[in-house]
Amino acid sequence: MSIAIRTAIAAVIALAVAPAAQAHRSWLAPSATVLSGSEPWVTVDGAVSNTLFYPDHVAMRLDGLTAIGPDGAPVQIQNGSTGKYRSTFDLQLKTPGTYKIANASSGMMASYKLGGETKRWRGQEADLATAIPKDATEVQVSRNSRRVETFVTSGAPSTGALKITGKGLELEPITHPNDLVASEKARFKLLMDGKPAPDVEVEVVLGATRYRSKAPEFKVKTGADGVFEVQWPEPGLYWVEASVRGKDAAGVASNAGYAATFEVLPD
Amino acid sequence: MRAMKTPTLFAAVTGVAAVPAAADAAELTVSVEIPRLSVAEYHRPYVALWIERPDETAAVKTLAVWYDTKLAKGEGATWLKDMRQWWRKAGRSMTLPADGVSGPTKAPGKHQAVFTAAQLSGLAPGQYNLAIEAAREVGGREVVRVPFSWPPKAGARPASAKGASELGAISVSTKP
Repeated sequence: MSIAIRTAIAAVIALAVAPAAQAHRSWLAPSATVLSGSEPWVTVDGAVSNTLFYPDHVAMRLDGLTAIGPDGAPVQIQNGSTGKYRSTFDLQLKTPGTYKIANASSGMMASYKLGGETKRWRGQEADLATAIPKDATEVQVSRNSRRVETFVTSGAPSTGALKITGKGLELEPITHPNDLVASEKARFKLLMDGKPAPDVEVEVVLGATRYRSKAPEFKVKTGADGVFEVQWPEPGLYWVEASVRGKDAAGVASNAGYAATFEVLPD
Repeated sequence: MRAMKTPTLFAAVTGVAAVPAAADAAELTVSVEIPRLSVAEYHRPYVALWIERPDETAAVKTLAVWYDTKLAKGEGATWLKDMRQWWRKAGRSMTLPADGVSGPTKAPGKHQAVFTAAQLSGLAPGQYNLAIEAAREVGGREVVRVPFSWPPKAGARPASAKGASELGAISVSTKP
């Protein structure tokens, strides 16, 4: 089977599968985002659930978790544990500035037929070539990446931790993510593999929805430069999500998701 | 009459110290009322006083921060961020404790804070707000603003405002 046909099929499959990926929300919920004093701690919950930010479905796996300190270097996560519905971990902010906490994962998915049976494979790109038997038919391949982030700051906000990796769907803050108040609009830039992601729908959802019949929830779109603007309806902990489906430069179907938790404070 | 000597000497020393300030005797006096609250668990509020432009955009100068300066390991600073407006506009970029700025929390009642021209040096002539924010442990938070102009004009009237929950009457007077 030629590469061209493989990728064409993969693209079709990626589209067909799309709605299922929307079913649950992955989130990180920090105990605080704006901190003062010397070497403060934050504790963070991570889970996958429908209602924000209530862990009632599946705990977030901590394998892909990293914390980046104000100097851009990784910081050790402490006391990590995974329960039935949520994972939890602590982070000490030993130096003043902004920390980015991210859970990122990426890999390839393939499905193919071998001897009349449908097989699935999930792994890293480097192993793809050897993972699929030569006589496999109806091979479909897609590249998947997912990134869930949140931000916390001790003292004055800084930007050293905010650098993007250039891989998958990412957010580059224009408004600092720990300088958000309900009375001011915030602007962020969405990037796909380091390049502006235009015309992408971004979902904004307010947490603590259990005690109201309807939570503020709306969509905004990125402009040609990948920038989107959010006017927060009220203070609270917000979840912002976007996903981009398409083909990468090599023609392989790609499915990239990004979600972040932002705390918006009252004036 | 040995005992009398000490106060006399003290007065003499302070008299000497006051001389350099006389070059510019202008003063800003802020009267702050911290209300007595009938609550089950009371802690004195953290209070920040700062000067900002009338459009409330940025803090020009922090005048005073009253917080738990005496706690071990500077732990009192943990709750400075609860004075949210001040923290965002000024506090988060400052190093505390700071000489002449930080001080202990105050008990309910009326307090007067006097700031000299030397403390306000660098304040460009114009119209300002004196902003005061109080945040209390197991309590609420409130911000009150009172306008004033600088440098003081002779006969300038004091201005005042009143808080509704965490702050009582606040008045600001200036004298040249």
